[in-house]
Amino acid sequence: MSPAGGRTLLEVAVALKTRRAVSGESRVVLRDVGFSLGEGEVCALLGPSGCGKTTLLRLIAGLDKEFEGAVTLPARRRIGMVFQEPRLLPWRSVAENLRIAGAPPGKDLDAIVATLGLAGHLDHFPGELSLGLARRVAIARAFAIAPDLLILDEPFASLDAILARRLRTELTSLVERLRSTTLIVTHDVDEAISLADRIVVLSPAPGRVIADRRIETPRLALTPEAAADIRAELAAMMAAAHGG
Amino acid sequence: MPIRLASLLVLLVLWQWGSGLLGSRALPPPLAVLAVVGAEARSGALAVNLGATLARVIASFTLAMALGAALGLVMGRSKMADQLLDPWLIVLLNLPALVIIVLAYIWVGLNETAAIGAVALNKLPNTAVTVREGARALDRGLDEMARIFALGRGARLRHVILPQLAPYLAAATRSGLSLVWKIVLVVELLGRPNGVGFEIGVAFQLFDVTRLLAYALPFVGLMLAMETFIVQPIERHVSRWRPHPA
Repeated sequence: MSPAGGRTLLEVAVALKTRRAVSGESRVVLRDVGFSLGEGEVCALLGPSGCGKTTLLRLIAGLDKEFEGAVTLPARRRIGMVFQEPRLLPWRSVAENLRIAGAPPGKDLDAIVATLGLAGHLDHFPGELSLGLARRVAIARAFAIAPDLLILDEPFASLDAILARRLRTELTSLVERLRSTTLIVTHDVDEAISLADRIVVLSPAPGRVIADRRIETPRLALTPEAAADIRAELAAMMAAAHGG
Repeated sequence: MPIRLASLLVLLVLWQWGSGLLGSRALPPPLAVLAVVGAEARSGALAVNLGATLARVIASFTLAMALGAALGLVMGRSKMADQLLDPWLIVLLNLPALVIIVLAYIWVGLNETAAIGAVALNKLPNTAVTVREGARALDRGLDEMARIFALGRGARLRHVILPQLAPYLAAATRSGLSLVWKIVLVVELLGRPNGVGFEIGVAFQLFDVTRLLAYALPFVGLMLAMETFIVQPIERHVSRWRPHPA
């Protein structure tokens, strides 16, 4: 598994992030969120809906620069991102979507496409795909550019449970094989446990870090019992945060 | 298609009938017009004049579309540019074509530059306004995707922005081609020694309706052919990704 001993890739130190509502009053979305991510680490960002997870991802990805604090990433880096919606170019075929994003053609791309079951869909336009398939293309696109940092924003939201589980398995095998540093946002505890080797838990809004838990057991060797233990532990931490 | 042909046939019959009613001096019958078209074609004058007009249409249309689209894109993307340039656009939109043409001929001279520039300036604000609407409606999600994946300027324009502007550009093209060719005729009438507009001016001085129609109708046909064989196929190509209605 990717031990946290590697070099630090990402350092997040967000002191304050506010957002102005339509009514004009400003609301604190994030306060004192700090953690760092070593190279090769797979970290899940867990928290209730509306706690600012997506906002935090946008700060990290550099899409939003209006906040107090700093996000440090290497100067030369590639970010691969899977948004909540697939965000494919509807007027370009699946293959073109992958190529335009910067995926070099070759064995690696073929392997990613095969793992996600997209080989038969390369010539299709996104409008011809189901949501599940479009999500897969978005995941393939993010992996295919061999990113230094992979960011996934609830990539399985609004998929049915069976499909979500299958995609999660495919995602796990891609992460295992390609060893990308990964930050995945979810509100699903089981998803976090099954995917990540580290879990950062955010409190309800305004979001701050209430837990930072490493999972030492290798992902694929995780027994249901061990997973249940971690789940109980996280639940206790979250309950404590609510109470306080 | 059969309905279109039948409709065209009805128009021809009405024309023939009207010519009988009004007399062939006021409205010459279709065959008489066709005969003059044939004579002008044989002498080579028709091709020269149609060619001159067509060249002016293409030059001014291209100029107006390129500059207007660029202007509209900038105005739709930047609030600052929009506020700065909007009053100019409104002035230009409301300036009569004739004023621009006469001013261009006085200031620049009776030459091709003035003619083409004046026509382009007449069409430019329409294109800018249409494309501005498109630029305002650009998808922010795709914009962010392009930023994350570090798409270059050219790739962003080609793969992200232009496909979204395509319907707006198509609308500007449609209304643009017909507007431009109408204004080109005025420009030719006022200050050019050849072209369909010039010939119509001659026909007007001679009160020769046959000659007038013999130049106007072939050019309408030419524009119709451009629309059918160039504009529509391009439109079909850029919208090929849209799922076809069942």
